[in-house]
Amino acid sequence: MQAETKDLLIRIAWRSFYVLTALVVAAIIYGLSILNYGVIFKYFGKVLGGAVITLELVTIAVILGFFVALPTALMRLSPNPLLRYPAHTFIYFFRGTPLLIQMFFVYYGFAQTDIVRETFLWPIFKQAYWCALFTFVLNTGAYSAEILRGAIQAVPAGEIEAARAFGMSKWTAYRRVILPRAFRIAMPAYGNEIIFMLKGTALASTITLLDLTGVARTVIARTFTSIDVFLVAGLIYVAITYCFLWGWSRIEKRVNAYLSQQP
Amino acid sequence: MKKFAIIVAAAMLVSGAAVAGDKIRMGTEGAYPPFNQIDPSGKLTGFDVEIGDALCEQMKADCTWVTQDWDGIIPGLLAKKYDTIIASMSITDERKQAVDFTERYYSNSLRYVAKKGSGLDVTKLKGKAVGAQRATIAGQYLEDNMADKVDIKLYDTQENAYIDLAAGRTDAILADMLVNYEWLQSDAGKGFEFVGDSFNRSDIIGIAIRKGSDDLRKKLNGAIKAIIADGTYAKINAKYFPFSIY
Repeated sequence: MQAETKDLLIRIAWRSFYVLTALVVAAIIYGLSILNYGVIFKYFGKVLGGAVITLELVTIAVILGFFVALPTALMRLSPNPLLRYPAHTFIYFFRGTPLLIQMFFVYYGFAQTDIVRETFLWPIFKQAYWCALFTFVLNTGAYSAEILRGAIQAVPAGEIEAARAFGMSKWTAYRRVILPRAFRIAMPAYGNEIIFMLKGTALASTITLLDLTGVARTVIARTFTSIDVFLVAGLIYVAITYCFLWGWSRIEKRVNAYLSQQP
Repeated sequence: MKKFAIIVAAAMLVSGAAVAGDKIRMGTEGAYPPFNQIDPSGKLTGFDVEIGDALCEQMKADCTWVTQDWDGIIPGLLAKKYDTIIASMSITDERKQAVDFTERYYSNSLRYVAKKGSGLDVTKLKGKAVGAQRATIAGQYLEDNMADKVDIKLYDTQENAYIDLAAGRTDAILADMLVNYEWLQSDAGKGFEFVGDSFNRSDIIGIAIRKGSDDLRKKLNGAIKAIIADGTYAKINAKYFPFSIY
């Protein structure tokens, strides 16, 4: 009796699964059939041009952000409060406020202060591109600093001890043992942060930059085809993320190869 | 007693019939200064309201005003809560499917603003940075006509476009003339001025009425023409704007 009930439940489950799958497929086919392909083809090149800006922003932000993150993480771990507290405050501020507000603060806020407007800083901060990049570098720097900090602390104490036992100074140990090990530990979380940054760059469209989202919104303002163009933009983001993940997981496997040896 | 009731009923009928043609309930929003707003004393005022009153006087109609939130303003008309909408409503094809419109009683066009004394020549904008709000007629005008000449900056809000003009990131802003005028009147807009003439009449504003109210439409159209001809319109216009908005 009980076995029969179980069979019945399994059959119901499978049937629901089929029905749901059919519904999803039908929805996708319907969705594809109502898309305005004329608009998509006409503006695809323009949208791809926006994707180039997006890639540029995220690449530069992540690379420069790393060079902000590493010293910040080390300062954060320092026993000296004069180093520790500024790093802590910096991280706290950037993690505690929305990226959009940080960007508005830099773009609109800086433009209203004389210190920025009447010095050599203005030619830089006059341009939306540098304002966006400046914000992204600091933002991703703050988040990555926390990731690195956690990774450094997660380096097994035995390995540090071993390094010291070899007579390495503190900095040599950092350079040869602790940091290389910490980067390996940080890889998955760091990859996540880079993907967050990729999507964070969409906010640059609010300060007149024509990145992927900015171009999409401008095209939509003209053609009123929001689903179609946002779908294309979304697919491009997915494609970028996919390519990045593929590369990142290969690096991760390579540098963490010794971990996958375990059964 | 019965007799009295009949007299009352008859009186009501007669009085009803006497003003039936001339009684108009006019709907507006009351939250769109300076066109229609409720002043601190609770009185409905503004350009729309004064034009409506002038039209009523012209038609010798007995008018009352009804206010209604913007979202429900067309449904309210269709539900016969009022007979006209005089609320700065742009005539659009979508709205025309639901309601009829009179001829325009004012219109909006595009006009540049720039820093006072900038000497900006709107015929020579090559290489300048010009801002506009995204998804507005001004933004689209720039994209269609100026894309290869000027550096177009599109903003999410009109406010942000003005902030960047004040910061010096852009040389000029293109927007609806009335929107720009309102900003020029504010504290933030003090150091700025219109440059060049207005162009591209983008927005035609009319009075909405229920479909099939042809009688009322003809009367209103006639009255609009009449108040323009006799100078009443110009007088009201001058109270609000130093330029004609017809």
